[in-house]
Amino acid sequence: MSKKLLIPLGVFVVLCAFLLVGLWRDPREVPSPLIGKPAPSFVLAQLHEPAKTLGTADLKGQVWLLNVWASWCVSCREEHPLLVELGKAKVVPIVGLNYKDESAAGRRWLAQYGDPYNVSVVDRDGRVGIDWGVYGVPETFVVDKAGMIRYKQIGPITAEALEKKILPLVRELQKS
Amino acid sequence: MSAAGPSQGANCAPSGGSAAAPAASVGAHHARRLVLLLLIAAVALSPLIVFAADAVPTEKDSVAASRAVKLSEKLRCLVCQNQTIADSNAELAQDLRRQVHEQIAAGKSDDQIVEYMVARYGDFVLYQPPVKATTVLLWAGPALLLLVGVFGLTRVLRGRRAEAEAPPLTAEEHERAARLLAGSQGKDLS
Repeated sequence: MSKKLLIPLGVFVVLCAFLLVGLWRDPREVPSPLIGKPAPSFVLAQLHEPAKTLGTADLKGQVWLLNVWASWCVSCREEHPLLVELGKAKVVPIVGLNYKDESAAGRRWLAQYGDPYNVSVVDRDGRVGIDWGVYGVPETFVVDKAGMIRYKQIGPITAEALEKKILPLVRELQKS
Repeated sequence: MSAAGPSQGANCAPSGGSAAAPAASVGAHHARRLVLLLLIAAVALSPLIVFAADAVPTEKDSVAASRAVKLSEKLRCLVCQNQTIADSNAELAQDLRRQVHEQIAAGKSDDQIVEYMVARYGDFVLYQPPVKATTVLLWAGPALLLLVGVFGLTRVLRGRRAEAEAPPLTAEEHERAARLLAGSQGKDLS
């Protein structure tokens, strides 16, 4: 075979390699520009005690997770058993952001499926969600002691993501 | 079906003997089922019709409204990624449109609003990606491919011209050609 024929073949193979890699990547996962930046601050009413609030300032000095969830969110149910387990283990405080939800429906949902959250706060109109760059519920953020976002899980937490990424990161951040 | 048959036949078929009744009732039953299916389909699809309505600007001020529409057309909806927030009626797109409206009302400039969106959702929120180190290939890629193509094409064409303008035969080659031609003719004649 002549060398000239090898060039188009080479181009074709490279193109195929790119397309093949593209097959395994999720176009819905848009990297967040907020990683490594200070967590957007909020002060929101608590789901269970609407008279009380919780703000990002109250959480300074500890590593915590923010899990964005809603009773209307189908994939939230998928990750929920993992969160319940994580909540029971008391490894790290989990704050729930009840996103664009009816509070009563949210409370019912937690009563039915278990409440892994130290506190859930209510983001009724999704403004805090926008500040945090939320576009697909569920999403989970890891925030460090200094209040920086260190990791974002888009979509449901998987056992693999929890064991390989989130928990090791949380332990590392708790040590520092 | 057999139990409901006679009464249905009586209700729907205007006439019919005892022998024709079962057939008529089966037909009526099918027709009913079809109507029911169509109704279910209509009800099930009605949300699509509702959501298919275009986004309606909410401003009374027409300048602000046209600014909001222009900005919304520049911003990508992250839920339906091939739509702008102006096109999409996803919840997030509605919320982001509301943000655009509010910020315009608050006197923010277009650049400030775009910056606000990029800070939260990254460059991906821009329908037209900015030119930076990471997007150079994206912007220059097509031109680069064109250049490579033109280069390749000229090379191939030049090669062909060289082939077409092959040097004239030497005396020796002429002689050989004549010999070969004579040989083949001789074969044909024999």
